[in-house]
Amino acid sequence: MQGVLYDFTGLIQSIDAVFRASMSDLWATVLEYAIIGIIYLVIYALIGLFLVYAERKVCAFIQVRLGPNRVGPKGFFQTIADFIKLLLKENIKIKNADGVLFNLAPFIVIVASFLTFGTVPFAKGLQGIDLNIGVFFIMAVSSMGVVGILLGGWSSNSKYSLIGAMRSGAQIVSYELSVGLSLVTMVILTGTMQLSQIIELQSDGWFIFKGHIPALISLIIMMIASTAEINRGPFDLAEAESELTAGYHTEYSGIKFAFFYLSEYMNMFVVSALVATVFFGGWMPLHIGSWQAFNHIMDFIPPIIWFILKSFALMYVIMLFKWTFPRLRIDQLLKLEWQYLLPISLFNVLLMAFVVYMKWYF
Amino acid sequence: MSTQILIPFFITAVFLVAAGITLAYMLSPKSFNLQKQEPYECGIPTVGVTWLQFNVGYYTFALLFLIFDVETVFLFPWAVVMKQIGLVGLVEILIFFFILVLGLAYAWKKHALVWQ
Repeated sequence: MQGVLYDFTGLIQSIDAVFRASMSDLWATVLEYAIIGIIYLVIYALIGLFLVYAERKVCAFIQVRLGPNRVGPKGFFQTIADFIKLLLKENIKIKNADGVLFNLAPFIVIVASFLTFGTVPFAKGLQGIDLNIGVFFIMAVSSMGVVGILLGGWSSNSKYSLIGAMRSGAQIVSYELSVGLSLVTMVILTGTMQLSQIIELQSDGWFIFKGHIPALISLIIMMIASTAEINRGPFDLAEAESELTAGYHTEYSGIKFAFFYLSEYMNMFVVSALVATVFFGGWMPLHIGSWQAFNHIMDFIPPIIWFILKSFALMYVIMLFKWTFPRLRIDQLLKLEWQYLLPISLFNVLLMAFVVYMKWYF
Repeated sequence: MSTQILIPFFITAVFLVAAGITLAYMLSPKSFNLQKQEPYECGIPTVGVTWLQFNVGYYTFALLFLIFDVETVFLFPWAVVMKQIGLVGLVEILIFFFILVLGLAYAWKKHALVWQ
């Protein structure tokens, strides 16, 4: 089972060795960084384009419509057409808007989402940023995105944008607590924050099974809170179309709007990938106890396919949330977080600590 | 793995946005129109300044967030070593949580956790 599709470490090391042998260290590093940058840029754009298409198809499926079906097979190139349209739109400068901050906001949002995207472990050895504080890094960097949102809303000189940004800010910072606490719960069980190690530890069973009850509570909290943190429905009151036209990016047009949109979808991917990594074993195949034949068949599927399947399944769930539940009011939203999710997740941390102390995990 | 690897990701992200904006600037049409530059308010001119004082409710939640977020930061190092330190870790975190939950209960009683 040691094909190149199953372990990328060797491949990457040999590419590295070839570069270092043929040129000086500095140039090899620069070249490698350039290659990493280009590859990640392409994957980032591709996943973003695909997610926008997938969202429209899922929405259409739920509302019993066809969805995009004109551009390309089954409307597959619809998002590319949309992207080109957005690229050709005029970049409108708003009267009295704060020009510097207005232009800075998309940079901050994209940098935050791209850095977290770099930490996603696609397969063994196929991970851009593998820090020993991985989980913590994702939390820290993804919360930088809210600065971009607040700047964008504030600098637009529009009241809709301002209200949208303030709501968005209150919502993101509130729900970040629950995301953080449910990750703390899992870190107690894993004993490490490095994403690659967290996955290695799950070779004999995913943490959702190993951690049983506290892990399950943590998963539910994490799904709710991270849906809210990425501003998706039913928590999309920051951009409630019927009240605020579009929320914090009301005044953005053309390509800058596209960047806000892209970062939202990519944050959804990063969240799903994080949940898949921490709870569902990342790229580890599904194994069931002593079913040898079943386990062998599962081993045969390459890890990268496992990872993509898991994260896209989770994203499908998040999309279903959006098109199933009605939007919350802001008082309901804050009540849900501060009076339900936060106390439950605090309790859950203690429960997990107790379970780990008593060695009741598998 | 060193933190150097963050550099290419940061540069690529900045490059992505800069390239996008530059490309759009070169490709897009430009026409001047006084009406077009108005901020979007359903076709009605904006009344007064936009940057006004805002509902204080948001700031109380921001303050509460600060307390609990710092607490989460403190919890992470504890969580990593919890398996090794055992009972000491459990007792210490119980004391820590007791103080914290007192704060949360106080905020709850003062109705700081409901939207007004």
